[in-house]
Amino acid sequence: MAIIAPALQAIRLPATQVRRRRFTDDQVPFGSVLLRMLAGLVVLVVFTLPYLIMFFGSVKTKPQIRSVDPTYFPTEWRWENFATMWSTPETPLPQNMISTIVISTLATALVLVVAMPAAYYTARFVFPGRMVFLFLVIVTQMLQPALLTSGLFRQFLALGLIDTWAAMIFINAAFNLSFAVWIMHSFFAGIPREVDEAAQLDGAGRLTVLFRINLPLVWPGIVTAIVFTFVACWNEFAASLVILSTAGNQPLSVALTKFVGQYETSWHYVFGVSLVAIIPVVVLFMLIEKRLVGGLTAGSVK
Amino acid sequence: MITTTDTPSVPGAGAAQRRPRPGGDLRSVEKPRSGARDLLAALPWISPALLLIVGVVMFPAAVMFYNSTRDISVSGIDKGSVGFANYAEVFAFPHFWPIFLRTIVWVVVVVVAAVLISLALAQLLNKAFPGRRIVRLAVIIPWAASVVMTTLVFYYGLEPYFGIINKTLVDIGLITTPEGYGWTRNPPTAFAWSIVVAVFVSLPFTTYTILAGLQMVPGEVLEAAKMDGAGPARTYVSVVLPHLRGAVAVAVLINIINVFNSLPILKVMTGSIPGYDADTIMTMIFKYIQVQQKIDVASALSVVSFLIVIVIVAVYVRVVKPMKEV
Repeated sequence: MAIIAPALQAIRLPATQVRRRRFTDDQVPFGSVLLRMLAGLVVLVVFTLPYLIMFFGSVKTKPQIRSVDPTYFPTEWRWENFATMWSTPETPLPQNMISTIVISTLATALVLVVAMPAAYYTARFVFPGRMVFLFLVIVTQMLQPALLTSGLFRQFLALGLIDTWAAMIFINAAFNLSFAVWIMHSFFAGIPREVDEAAQLDGAGRLTVLFRINLPLVWPGIVTAIVFTFVACWNEFAASLVILSTAGNQPLSVALTKFVGQYETSWHYVFGVSLVAIIPVVVLFMLIEKRLVGGLTAGSVK
Repeated sequence: MITTTDTPSVPGAGAAQRRPRPGGDLRSVEKPRSGARDLLAALPWISPALLLIVGVVMFPAAVMFYNSTRDISVSGIDKGSVGFANYAEVFAFPHFWPIFLRTIVWVVVVVVAAVLISLALAQLLNKAFPGRRIVRLAVIIPWAASVVMTTLVFYYGLEPYFGIINKTLVDIGLITTPEGYGWTRNPPTAFAWSIVVAVFVSLPFTTYTILAGLQMVPGEVLEAAKMDGAGPARTYVSVVLPHLRGAVAVAVLINIINVFNSLPILKVMTGSIPGYDADTIMTMIFKYIQVQQKIDVASALSVVSFLIVIVIVAVYVRVVKPMKEV
């Protein structure tokens, strides 16, 4: 599900305040710690299980993964699946992989280039229409491509951009923009204006102030915005399904659904490709885990 | 979370953020000078974002509203206005009301289940125990992983005879046949399993939102409750839950929007079932677009769902008052 990029409110508390007192003090009875560990283990298993099934499936042979009395673990490990899985009759997977990479990378770059100046300026200066602009940003956050697909389809058809990467780059960028603006806005707003003024007194222009003075201070917010945008673009499904009709143009999320309902689905290949697509974004997301706990409130799916 | 902006909070930004605090951004904003000149100065900074929002979100929305009143042929030619005929077609469709009811079941069951499970999960992840960090990281996985790919595992696991979930259910004695009742072949079971998957992929976001809320509960208050002799259950209900109001409200609101707009789970789990007995409004929109190629009727249904979302959100905000100060 397109997760509306949850607007993470960055934590900018001093360290002592961040590390709030937990519910428990250090003198917890050993029994209850053991109980927590046990519960934690159950949670760990439940949340990794689907991906473990994916992994064990990806190294099975085709007869093995389709055998009527299936085994949980592969009886013979076929690591070469990760090489052979890229050529299947259902869809050109290497092209789908490239499509996913190109669309998400360029859309994220576009979001960054477009959101940063807007976030910086709205956080720093008052101008007529500022509230209108910020209101528009909020409204966008409530909307998702799935809901607007028919409109998007007709518009990009008229523009002659239907079935192009460009269309999906614009769509992904536009629908993830609001979250990026919002998170960066809150980070920029956290920097005292005196910092800017001091730099300007030293003769720095506005761009210099932004890039040389502000950026080094707000980079955690920018990293969060980049990771969220990238992951959302990487997994986008609904709009790609309608906008991209040529098999080679489609991202993996759309391409892999073509295996469903086939007479003889090569599930081991589906899972191998899925793993390759999932691992990098999961790692990216884990990098910002601290910020998620710190205080994510508000925003998306999408 | 200490600095607040002087701008309206992000929808569902949570009560906690709206508390005005010293050091907020009001002081760091320059005082307005002359209007037109300031706007001109702002344009180079905000117009790229404005262009993208207006061009790729607002304009397509307008196109969609407009198309919902047009007669558009399969080949895409606009044959003129039909007034509200497309809307009439949407409501006259015999399966519309069952689909509408199923959509409500879909949203309510998934959101309620996800929030209840997440409340417990967040409680655990907030407590100290060895290995907590690994458990927290594991909980993130379904959030980052593609929903399509996660759903594919469930679909495969439920396949008759060779599905691994079926095997497990047989092994632990819950079902007797490896065929698994054709989970993914029959609309009711495929829909029920879709709900399971939807709850699963909604848990990470919901849990982390509530976890963030839990960290806002002041330690002193908890200590005071303990001193007063309140047990864990009493403390949770009377002290912790009221503090979680903002976080839960945010989680519910965003989950409602997400779950309502969710397409991939049902597309994978029920997409190959003929008929309309496992559809929600969102999958129906895509059937109009892709199968029947009626982009005009699809637009009308999209407008209807657009209005439904607005009504849900408005009623919710009105009843629950998520922005209320805690």
